Amino acid sequence: MQKVMNAPECPECAAPVSIDADARVSEIVECLDCRSELEISSVTPPSLTLAPEVEEDWGE
Amino acid sequence: MRSGRRLAVLASRVRFEEKQIMAALDRRGATSVHLDPRSLVVADGVSRTDFVLNREVGHYRALYAASALESAGATVLNSAAATHVSGDKWLTTSALLAAGLPTPRTALAMTPEAAVDALDQIGYPAVVKPLVGSWGRLVTALPDRPTATAVLEHVAALPSPQQHVVYVQELVEKADRDIRVLVVGGEALGATYRRGDEWRTNVARGAVSTRCDLTDVHTKLAVAAADAVGAEIAGVDLLEDADGHLTVLEVNDRVEFRGFQDAHEIDVADAIASYVLRRAGA
Repeated sequence: MQKVMNAPECPECAAPVSIDADARVSEIVECLDCRSELEISSVTPPSLTLAPEVEEDWGE
Repeated sequence: MRSGRRLAVLASRVRFEEKQIMAALDRRGATSVHLDPRSLVVADGVSRTDFVLNREVGHYRALYAASALESAGATVLNSAAATHVSGDKWLTTSALLAAGLPTPRTALAMTPEAAVDALDQIGYPAVVKPLVGSWGRLVTALPDRPTATAVLEHVAALPSPQQHVVYVQELVEKADRDIRVLVVGGEALGATYRRGDEWRTNVARGAVSTRCDLTDVHTKLAVAAADAVGAEIAGVDLLEDADGHLTVLEVNDRVEFRGFQDAHEIDVADAIASYVLRRAGA
């Protein structure tokens, strides 16, 4: 999968995080440096926030 | 889609499944929007969308968003009623029993103390499950009465009144696997075995999906179970006991299918997208 050129910073450890070219808002990615779970908050320009913690009623 | 109808995918968390479904809708030329329930407000009976595929990961947000959108005139798939039933283990059991479908022996006790008596009737080993929840979370095996008594003391200390209504069930002696059947629009797409290192065979707990040959019995049970809870798109979990008898364990109305899709050559996301567009009048 093609990666975006301008990798946004991880909000936890500031490492650059590669995201797919077909990324979508609210998609979950992982920082490969600190293993934080991150949410794509914007695609253009790419930006990340810490993903919400799993809640008790989450599931399928 | 009928002229002017607006299609949305409701999801706060875009996982593999949601991304695949959105991509499948795009490939089919559908104009859809991503609706994030974290910023959703439905007021004065007005909805900005006409047809909503509900993929929200949080049960309560999924349920109330669906209800609010339906009250504003939108069609939601699965319906709020289906999410209400399939998201609650007791309501699911009740619907399965009403439909005459086989399901493990279950009791609902109105207090943790009464649950001890209920377990005496069901027998051990048994299992206690939260009414709402998924991925096997807090599902606890009860091998004997002393263990049950201790676990139920912990249940009594939980803060929510709903948590004091206790769902207990026989622990079905099974192989190290269960069977997941995926149903879309009244048709079974296929089945997988889910095997894990522990007795809870949830993929979220590390269980692995492998292809299972779909039989007529699987199909009949799964389609009937999905229909019993009113779910048009569903992942139905079946258990096979030591004698080979199948029972319906639960129905998942916002089904995860990554493991299923890896085990099959079936494009589940496209099957869901196709059904959504058909239902939406495309």
